[in-house]
Amino acid sequence: MADFTMKTGADGVAVITWDVADRSMNVMSMAGFAELDALVAQALADDGVKGVVITSGKDTFAGGMDLNVLAAMRDEAGDDPARGLFDGIMGMHAVLRRIERAGMDPKTLKGGKPVAAALPGTALGIGLELPLACHRIFAADNPRAKIGFPEINVGIFPGGGGTTRVSRKLGLMASAPFLLEGKLRSPVDAQRAGLIDEVVAPDALLDAARAWVLAAGGDDIVKPWDRKGFRFPGGAPYHPAGYMTFVGASAMVAGQTWNAYPAPRALLSAIYEGAQVDFDTALRIEARWFTHILLNPSSSAMIRTLFLDKEALEKGANRPDQPSQKVARLGVIGAGMMGAGIANVAAQAGIDVVLLDATDEQAARGRAHAQSDMEKAVKRGRMTADARNAALARITATTDFAALAGVDLVVEAVFEDPQVKAEVTRKAMAHVGPDCVFASNTSTLPIGELAQASDRPEDFIGIHFFSPVERMALVEIIRGAQTGPRAVARALDFARQIRKTPIVVNDARFFYANRCIIPYLNEGMRMLGEGVAPALIENAARMLGFPLGPLQLIDETSLELGLRIAAATKAALGDAYADAPVDAVLQAMAAGGRLGRKAGAGFYAYSDRGDRQGLWPGLAQMFPQADTQPDLVTVQHRLMFAQVLEAVRALESGVLGDIREGDVGAILGWGFAPWSGGPFSWLDMLGAPYAEARADELAESCGPRFAPPALLREMAASGQSFHARFAARAAA
Amino acid sequence: MSDAFIYDAIRTPRGRGRPDGALHEATALHVSAGVLDALAARNGIEGPVLEDVIWGTVTQIGEQGGCIARTAVLASSLDETIPGLSINRFCGSGLEAVGLAAAQVRGSGGAYIAGGVEMMGRVAMSSDGAAIAVDPTVAMETHFVPQGIAADLIATEYGFTRQDVDALAVESQHRAARAWAEGRFARSVVPVRDVNGLVLLDHDEHIRAGTDMAALARLEPSFKAMGEVMPGFDRVALLRYPQHERIEHVHHAGNSSGIVDGASGVLVADREWGQARGLRPRARIRASAKIGTEPTIMLTGPVAVTEKVLAQAGMTIADIDLFEVNEAFAAVVLRFMQAFGVSADKVNVNGGAIAMGHPLGATGAMLIGTVLDELERTGQGTGLVTLCVASGMGVAMIVERV
Repeated sequence: MADFTMKTGADGVAVITWDVADRSMNVMSMAGFAELDALVAQALADDGVKGVVITSGKDTFAGGMDLNVLAAMRDEAGDDPARGLFDGIMGMHAVLRRIERAGMDPKTLKGGKPVAAALPGTALGIGLELPLACHRIFAADNPRAKIGFPEINVGIFPGGGGTTRVSRKLGLMASAPFLLEGKLRSPVDAQRAGLIDEVVAPDALLDAARAWVLAAGGDDIVKPWDRKGFRFPGGAPYHPAGYMTFVGASAMVAGQTWNAYPAPRALLSAIYEGAQVDFDTALRIEARWFTHILLNPSSSAMIRTLFLDKEALEKGANRPDQPSQKVARLGVIGAGMMGAGIANVAAQAGIDVVLLDATDEQAARGRAHAQSDMEKAVKRGRMTADARNAALARITATTDFAALAGVDLVVEAVFEDPQVKAEVTRKAMAHVGPDCVFASNTSTLPIGELAQASDRPEDFIGIHFFSPVERMALVEIIRGAQTGPRAVARALDFARQIRKTPIVVNDARFFYANRCIIPYLNEGMRMLGEGVAPALIENAARMLGFPLGPLQLIDETSLELGLRIAAATKAALGDAYADAPVDAVLQAMAAGGRLGRKAGAGFYAYSDRGDRQGLWPGLAQMFPQADTQPDLVTVQHRLMFAQVLEAVRALESGVLGDIREGDVGAILGWGFAPWSGGPFSWLDMLGAPYAEARADELAESCGPRFAPPALLREMAASGQSFHARFAARAAA
Repeated sequence: MSDAFIYDAIRTPRGRGRPDGALHEATALHVSAGVLDALAARNGIEGPVLEDVIWGTVTQIGEQGGCIARTAVLASSLDETIPGLSINRFCGSGLEAVGLAAAQVRGSGGAYIAGGVEMMGRVAMSSDGAAIAVDPTVAMETHFVPQGIAADLIATEYGFTRQDVDALAVESQHRAARAWAEGRFARSVVPVRDVNGLVLLDHDEHIRAGTDMAALARLEPSFKAMGEVMPGFDRVALLRYPQHERIEHVHHAGNSSGIVDGASGVLVADREWGQARGLRPRARIRASAKIGTEPTIMLTGPVAVTEKVLAQAGMTIADIDLFEVNEAFAAVVLRFMQAFGVSADKVNVNGGAIAMGHPLGATGAMLIGTVLDELERTGQGTGLVTLCVASGMGVAMIVERV
């Protein structure tokens, strides 16, 4: 079936409707482009057609490009992928440019037909680039619709003319939120920003677009950049005003991204170089930079992890074959920060929640947290007052375990102590029905041991949320040795209901996320203890794209937690314990009462109001800096290898069953260098032989914790990549 | 191969580079031609006797564009057979002009006028654009920051406090005032006159003789806002220097070079050319060098290029009697003294650009005159002139009296 169909009304307006079969949202393919091009050509050639409206047969306009198309373009070009991509992209530009010119004489600018876009809802990526090539954009007043360019978040940038058109429409400054930050806006806000032209009542959308087409004069369909004397808004780079803007842009992008990502730089180059030439040349420049970024391994890795694999996991790639396990009623035990957050997101997703704590006051405080979060959302226009009232009404705060009767799932988020957890497990199990699944939101305790408190270990599972629950996109689902498939399916369906991305891992000490994060934190403390400048440690991490340096992250999670984990690890490992240098740092800090942000003192100094002031100057005395500092890359490799080798061990030992989960979980869970696509993608970028050699060097210079796991050695010897070798297994 | 000799070195007084500056009404062309005329008159230059006029100008746009060197020749009393070459090595342009002249004299003899002009109050610095600042392929790749941030980065990296940089600035003012009071610049400063011969300016008007530490302490750092807030250049610098948590912003209008108008010219020729005209050379150009250095910290070139020029001349730092290290920013000079362990008694003894101003393209050639005057006044032999240069470069020249 065709993606695009055209119907010309008695008024002479041809309506081209985009409606891709078997897709909830339209996505653009090369075949789609060809259809669209042919229909537009037909309409332009038909004397009976006065103009064109392009719209969608769905309640959204389009979700974007089928990213597989880009990969195909590259792969089909054989040994000249740059040529294949560039020519393919120029082909897309040509289609959109024919729409924009609409048959007019390029010299006189006369003779074209008006083309309007009518967006019933969400328009993303190419789904906005196509409307931008039309002469006027109408959008239905649909507050749920999102309009913008998410490309930058998956390591690319708008490469279907969006970069060139939006920068010429809005200027560098005003286009930055859309192009550089990937901000999505409601139709009203998009119109206010100048991105689209008109917002109309949903049922008047097509009529408004038709009416405009019929009334449009020759001048209305000539883009500013096609007129003589066009000036780049805000000034081109070597215009006095534009110069300062462009000087600032490079600095701001470098600063905000810590120069960790290739796409913002390529985007900025496309704008900078494009602004100095005519529109068609600018499109060619955009295509060159877009090709350049598609050829960068970072963009492939980011697309794979943050788009393709993330979506696959959300859609249940690793869900056991079970009937729907959707949760209608949820019990949350423990109304502290985590429990309250879980209750909040569940209630907002339409789930009834019993929020239980030891005292009425504590339970009420948890509900109040949800209320204040919802108030904020209402204030910012992200939630209606009605929705808030409904969601809040779904949360019942109580101290009575009997209220858990009838819940489909219990999530326990009490203090991280096996005794306390066992007690609430027993109390809850006494009241819940035989079908109920019990989940522990533990971040460190083995699920198999906690499950002993339940008489139904097959219905006991770990669901590890990250803090703050509202913002963090990942949940780590932990399958104990006895956990059954129904419990896994229920946890996954629940994750989908609350719109989190799930990974499913097997039960082992620290599961997956903390298993990798702890070595990151420890490596930071080790270096500090060795005399590495603390600023170098923190900046090295930030320059890798980590949201927080290790020392700051320890301050946030508290040094007490670090000490507890150290003690537990020491107890578990006995003589094999190798983190004494880390303990020395923790203990020196703890002795001075510097336990982290909550204590108002940690590796950083804090004001009386709790604002971080910068690294604590006393670190210089406590951990004197060495005269010779390691180079940046060495520090970065220590921080990276500490994590990725642990990820390999997790895969090797079966904690991870699917490397997609390892990559997606790392980026969403703890902000692992997003440009890399995750630990396994990064290792593939390095190549196993180099990774092995580097790990050997680090083991030699820094200690055996960097010794390459057998799996890495094996892959280095056979020249395999993780994604090539394990993708097949995941698919099987 | 002939040696290259300096026969004369002159400069204009430096006018404040603002509408109330005394040279604000003078065109870059008029000021340039004035310097050429003065050199011609002082040295009896007539007819086709120069090979070239090499003129350093940083902001070559508008009245300073279009090869102002050649236009200045045409506007002056020089013969029309003498061509002109405009060059740009940023703040090193004036010295580079002298170096180019010297190299050509050594190669094929003859005579040159080398110098430069910069009317900063009339042609705004940076108004000619620069890819290094705006083209993301270099600006982001090389961590471009403006010079003020780079100067503050030098202070951060090498540990100079606000006290240190302010003290150097006070000393510069004090020394410049003393030099003027004692007439130490009399030989090289040529007043700028109007079309009717009336004097527009006959002294450096940027000097603030009474400057003290207390006065400087009241000044706000100039580069803090652009560094920390908009657009946030500090972060860019830290991406290159991640061992630092923050940049210490110590520079301000009082310890950075002044924005001024001015021009300079040096007569460089071989021995025969001078002998034929009965001119006595004042100095021999012993060596000159230029170098590229790390562009983010940008202004540490004087150290690297001094090492290079000393090696080239087969000399050590101890062989130099006097130094002129351009006071683009106080930290630049402090770093030079720190790196070589040179006493402040030998560096910029008559003040520098913090007190008198830094007319970018003209300064290098001005410093040749300054060091020569002082060598002659004190009976010493060898001087070294060096300047830091934008985009991470340095230039240096060693001159010795004959």
